Amino acid sequence: MIRNLIFGGLLTSIFVIAALLSFVWTPFDHVILDIPSRLQTPNMTHLLGTDHFGRDILSLIMVGARTSIAVALVAVGIGMGLGIPLGLWAAARRGSLVDEIIMRGNDLVFAFPSLVIAILITAVFGAGAVNAIIAIGIFNIPVFARITRGAALSLWEREFILAARVAGKSAARISLEHILPNVTNLLIVQGTIQFSLGILAEAGLSYVGLGAQPPTPSWGRMLADAQTMVSIAPHMALMPGFAIICTVLGLNLMGDGLRDYLDPRLRVKRV
Amino acid sequence: MLRYTLKRLLSLLISLAIASLVIFAVIEIAPGDPASFMLGINAQPETLAALRSELGLDLSKTQRYIDWITGMLSGDFGTSYTYRTPVADMVTQRLWVSLPLALYALTLSTLIAFPAGIFAAARRGKAGDIGVMGATQLGVAIPNFWFAMMLVLLFAIKLRWFSAGGFVGWEKGLLAGLHSLTLPAIALALPQAAILARVMRSSLLDVLGEDFMRTARAKGLTARQALWRHGLRNAMIPVLTIIGLQFSFLLAGAIIIEQVFYLPGLGRLIFQSISARDLIVVESVTMLLVFAVIFVNFAVDLAYAVVDPRLRART
Repeated sequence: MIRNLIFGGLLTSIFVIAALLSFVWTPFDHVILDIPSRLQTPNMTHLLGTDHFGRDILSLIMVGARTSIAVALVAVGIGMGLGIPLGLWAAARRGSLVDEIIMRGNDLVFAFPSLVIAILITAVFGAGAVNAIIAIGIFNIPVFARITRGAALSLWEREFILAARVAGKSAARISLEHILPNVTNLLIVQGTIQFSLGILAEAGLSYVGLGAQPPTPSWGRMLADAQTMVSIAPHMALMPGFAIICTVLGLNLMGDGLRDYLDPRLRVKRV
Repeated sequence: MLRYTLKRLLSLLISLAIASLVIFAVIEIAPGDPASFMLGINAQPETLAALRSELGLDLSKTQRYIDWITGMLSGDFGTSYTYRTPVADMVTQRLWVSLPLALYALTLSTLIAFPAGIFAAARRGKAGDIGVMGATQLGVAIPNFWFAMMLVLLFAIKLRWFSAGGFVGWEKGLLAGLHSLTLPAIALALPQAAILARVMRSSLLDVLGEDFMRTARAKGLTARQALWRHGLRNAMIPVLTIIGLQFSFLLAGAIIIEQVFYLPGLGRLIFQSISARDLIVVESVTMLLVFAVIFVNFAVDLAYAVVDPRLRART
């Protein structure tokens, strides 16, 4: 439904804009500790209150949005950058050994408990945003490979592809010029869904201390800080939580809306 | 069926072999020597060498991989570097927390998701359906560890119905044990229930459009009777698959929730072992979790083939 798309888009853009705005302006400096004004509940000066170091929570959420969005976005980029070519390749050589190897490799990555492996990777190679990106990105690869291959397989049977083959185009050119543009819609929709999953994963990793390291603020870290304070300053936990929920909800609604919008058949038959 | 089973079994074994190689390789390149970690920075080189040979760290990589695998196959998961106890014992002890927690969460999620999904499907497009679907959208967007904190805030700190963390142990009785796992189980169950309810709903809606449902109505059943007698049973196949997958996810995915509630489960064991550089524990527990996930997937595949004969024919 177009309503989902608009609402989800608006919700998501609030946080994207906040993240971009934080590069030039935040209400307060998020690095400076202001102990006298610690643990303030939301008020006119500090709209979302302050944390146990007196830092402005709104400013922290704005800067934290950068971390969350950047990690999730690059992780989706890794998934798309490697997954789509693999999927196209597998479809172009369908039924061959290459196809079999790519698909079995996908199954294997799917079979790993992603959280355990992400924790293992970040723990072994050191906690930090870059390793979190890699850990999340790896699990995006099979998602995009599988969805690209699935959609490309049915396209390879179509007449216009046959025409391109008769015209003498190579499999690689057909994949790039004819298959890829026709699966883009699907990939964009999947991209928003993986994006939202990436935000949740990043929050989880940062929460256990394996994501972005201080002083870089991230929503997960803010929640970890808030945990010991939850009885005296619940707003410290509520605010970053709402930020995560709103972003993920916005992205999911956007994904749903986009799917319906880009696929006219679904506009009639909605399941 | 035999051919299908064998094929799946072969792919299970290959997956496990590759998984074990990956885990071993990751642990191998992990920085930090467990022996020097245990003895501290002032250790004498001779002591260090003695400990390394005692732990088997001086053997070649290939030898250590083979030892590890053959050990695991015979139930010997090695000895923890820090606790000096067999890893198998530590795992069994922790499983008594992680396994019941996963089952508890799965039960809760099923109990929430089934009625919600059926309710939404039966009222497709009406206010009830929109309400349930909105709630599931919210459910998948909420990070479970945040939800856990909110549960602690409300039920442990404000209302004092539950403790904020820890596990009393099963010695105190079944009820006391379940009581201390309740908040973690709810936190784990919520996002799972949201996903399951959506699957339940869309699976039911698919079935409702089938010819046999029209036949059932035509022979005089009410919509409700047709739904309960014919619809549900047929809609269960995809739902059961998701439940199977969720179980393995819950077992491995409880890591963060165990951290929130300080539960002595497998997840916390991995965490503690990573920070103590107790690599043999990390290695074996990760392998066990991967095995559990791959094995459950395998079992789900088989169950699927038993229920749906078309799948067998295809391979």
